Amino acid sequence: MIAPFYKFGYFNSEVGLIVAFVIGIFFGFFLERGGFGSGRLLAAQFYFYDMRVFKVMFTAIVTAAVGLYYLAWIGFLDLNLVYYGETYIYADALGGLILGMGFVIGGYCPGTSGVAISTGRIDAIFYALGGFLGIFVFGELYPSMQSFLNSGYLGKISIPQYFHLNYGFVILVVILIAIGGFTLVEWVEKKLAGKYEEVE
Amino acid sequence: MTLFKNVFSHAYEDNVRAEKRTPRHYWNPYLVGMGLGVVLLLTFVIMGRGLGASGALSTVVAATVNEVNPHAADNNQFYRNYIPENGESPFKDWLVFEVLGVVLGGFISGTVAGRTKIFVEKGPHISTKKRFLFAFIGGALMGFGAKMARGCTSGQGLTGGAGLSVGGWTFLLAVFIGAYGMAYFVRRQWI
Repeated sequence: MIAPFYKFGYFNSEVGLIVAFVIGIFFGFFLERGGFGSGRLLAAQFYFYDMRVFKVMFTAIVTAAVGLYYLAWIGFLDLNLVYYGETYIYADALGGLILGMGFVIGGYCPGTSGVAISTGRIDAIFYALGGFLGIFVFGELYPSMQSFLNSGYLGKISIPQYFHLNYGFVILVVILIAIGGFTLVEWVEKKLAGKYEEVE
Repeated sequence: MTLFKNVFSHAYEDNVRAEKRTPRHYWNPYLVGMGLGVVLLLTFVIMGRGLGASGALSTVVAATVNEVNPHAADNNQFYRNYIPENGESPFKDWLVFEVLGVVLGGFISGTVAGRTKIFVEKGPHISTKKRFLFAFIGGALMGFGAKMARGCTSGQGLTGGAGLSVGGWTFLLAVFIGAYGMAYFVRRQWI
């Protein structure tokens, strides 16, 4: 196994910052190409008439998930060294719920607001300012919420580990759910075509 | 089969629009999704971590608190996570650099496609002032929720989702429940 490169010490954290910047450029590029710079398009998926954002998001997740599985399977990548957030089940669920409400009220999420600002959306500046306030309020309340935030701790755990399933099997299920989901939203979009003013 | 046809129909539309010299259509969502997925996969392979966004905003907040009141920042574990103990700048951070890249990458893409212009994005039935207020409130909820879940749509959703993380998928499900549940009440803003 030779990847992840950084974890095997092929370069230091200073070089890592340059990598971060370059990766960010590609990330931002594809976000904008997908229409994620547009608050109306992002919100449209919650009214079912333009499901572009949903399609992009789930295609990305499936692509990366399949890639991770494949690279680990051929022995190129050590999956144990790939970091993603540890699970705190209650905070993840409640935080997601609050963020989801903020998403449809504000029209963006943190990453997309960066793209929205750089492509000229003034409302996205207000969104980002709100974001700073929300984080500050969270920080100030942090000491009193600590016991809740740390409850339901499961560590870094994947769905196959949690349910004792084969990793490849779960990947297959995710692919099938995605294809089913895509077929469904294509159908719904056609049903609602022309009902609302199109977003450009 | 419909899925297959949809993947390629947009390529034709793009050409028609380009000839008319209007801002070009967004790329096909499935192709963009694959592009985004490959970027995320490369991040895993090169860095052993995923993409993120809200962490960079937290760095700004924590650094500001630390500047205004170092004592308060030092006494709070949440802020302390973003302030290096060795006295290095908190902005020498992976996510801060990544988000700066995102801003630039979005600008490049939008400008090349003729989509970059200064305006307020909103539905036809809401005033600009109200849109600003909603954007601010939504942003605040997002900031709070993202910190509670220890990540946002990028950090928890995309990254955790691709890693098949239990927390990541719980988070994704909750985001969609929260957003679809709230959508009806703010529909005047968008449609």
